[in-house]
Amino acid sequence: MPILSLQNVSKSFGALKVTDDVSFDVPQGQALGIIGPNGAGKSTLFNLITGNIAADRGTVIFDGQDVTRVSPMQRCLAGVGRSFQIPQPFSNLTVFENLVVAAAHGQARREKDVADMCATILERTELIDRANDPAGGLSLLQRKRLELARAMATRPKLLLLDEIAGGLTEGECQALIRTIRAIHAEGTTIIWIEHVLHALNSVVERLLVLDFGRVIGLGEPAAIMASREVREIYLGIDI
Amino acid sequence: MYIVETRTKASRIAGIAALVLLVALIAAPLFASRSMIQDLFFILTMLTLAQFWNLLAGYGGLVSVGQHAFVGIGAYTLFGAGILWGMDPIAALLICGVVAAIIAVPTAFFAFRLAGAYFAIGTWVVAEVVRLLVAQWQTLGGGSGTSLPPQARDFIGVETIATLLDVRTAAARDIVTYWLALALAVATIGGIYWLLRTKRGLALAAVRDNIEAAKSVGVDAVRMKWLVFLVSAFGTGIAGGLIYLQKGRVSPDAAFSVTDWTAFVIFIVVIGGIGTVEGPIIGVIVFFLLQSLLADYGSAYLIVLGALGIVIMLFAPRGIWGLISARTGIQLFPIRRRLRRAATSTKPTTGERHG
Repeated sequence: MPILSLQNVSKSFGALKVTDDVSFDVPQGQALGIIGPNGAGKSTLFNLITGNIAADRGTVIFDGQDVTRVSPMQRCLAGVGRSFQIPQPFSNLTVFENLVVAAAHGQARREKDVADMCATILERTELIDRANDPAGGLSLLQRKRLELARAMATRPKLLLLDEIAGGLTEGECQALIRTIRAIHAEGTTIIWIEHVLHALNSVVERLLVLDFGRVIGLGEPAAIMASREVREIYLGIDI
Repeated sequence: MYIVETRTKASRIAGIAALVLLVALIAAPLFASRSMIQDLFFILTMLTLAQFWNLLAGYGGLVSVGQHAFVGIGAYTLFGAGILWGMDPIAALLICGVVAAIIAVPTAFFAFRLAGAYFAIGTWVVAEVVRLLVAQWQTLGGGSGTSLPPQARDFIGVETIATLLDVRTAAARDIVTYWLALALAVATIGGIYWLLRTKRGLALAAVRDNIEAAKSVGVDAVRMKWLVFLVSAFGTGIAGGLIYLQKGRVSPDAAFSVTDWTAFVIFIVVIGGIGTVEGPIIGVIVFFLLQSLLADYGSAYLIVLGALGIVIMLFAPRGIWGLISARTGIQLFPIRRRLRRAATSTKPTTGERHG
């Protein structure tokens, strides 16, 4: 059974169809990459999966349950974790508190029971030295790491990463990839939107290509990257 | 290997100092004059109102300018319970809070549909509506108000205190209401501080910083807003009842005064430091001193208050406590959870560990 299944999902903003009859399944434990030009509707697709935006039509099934009309909070409790494209830290809380609020509420557990887990995640994401600093003072890389760490603190079954490698230097990017690989290796299902293709392709097992809100390709990364349509639309290569 | 700490050295000292102060305040009627007890009553009730407004606006992000609705509702509930049902006023105080919280439900239902400035205006409108409705209530004096009847003024404990301390009944009444105000202020500060230290307090801070992200990590943002609004209405209602129990006379214009019960309260929180437990405490002291100093200058007093409020907002948006706290790093009511390595692993040791 797939952990996530979208069936004929559509969303319009006024006359603009941002998500147009999208259907796909993500099997448990898989890492799926989503690519597409700017404005293709990638982030909207994420928001439809997390519930931050409600679908006009279609069905979203997560972990065997229809969650189409379920709030973001409830979806988080069910096991959907996300990072935001533009980091959205709780600026006045410390890095540690950012994780504690996510872990205590996202897992509906008591605060003192999640402290150790949060500390462990901070170690893994190399934020432990900044644990007691206000999150508002972090650098870009650290903010991206915090996005990842905070999403992990909710113990997601499905982790959604929105352009988490964008804007990082090559070295920073490699470090982040190692962390994401390790999370994936533990069995967490991942959906990752990314423009940094080499980063994406070094982790994901499948690629989905979005253009004008439609799925125009879904398959093995190598096959997708080689397809004529994708090269034309996404890479802007005139053939 | 890790431990989480919230207490600081300053907070331990503050805790001891607060206990000493509390004992002194409880004993105050033994040595203080009647006018001083009345001043302290005023300070404590304003502090309670300020703490609840701070919970709403400073922690919950709900900038209400209609909190005087709940003061008025509390006041009229107390008079209604005393006059119509002959209830003992002290027992009625709890009902004041309950009635305020009940009326807060439909208020929130409408006001939560509004955001920012619209929310503020919406709460003000609700307060005006309640004031106009209460002014139609002829049994409680309509627009000109009414006094608490003599039998309702001799509440539990007054006679005992009068005999024990050998004071007149009127002074004994002030003493009992003062103790109630002290208990209410302590319970309010203690309760709010406790709330902020729970995971709900952390959720409040998260919602204030970024509501979308908060929802995405499983925080029930809507429930937090309701919690804060209802708790504030409940506490403000009790404070309103208590204030008018001491005054002994109520009228719609006084009990629903936006200046007395909302503008002054906002002033206290803003100059003291919004979003901190310490802020309203500093604020109410500054407010009281200013009021005493400027008492003879009539409406110029309000101009000075307003100008001072604006100056603070422009140059010290975190208030007086914000300045002190930023300079010294002192927090008397710390809520930060600090992660510390347990003592055994503070030093990176290559060899054997000694613990």
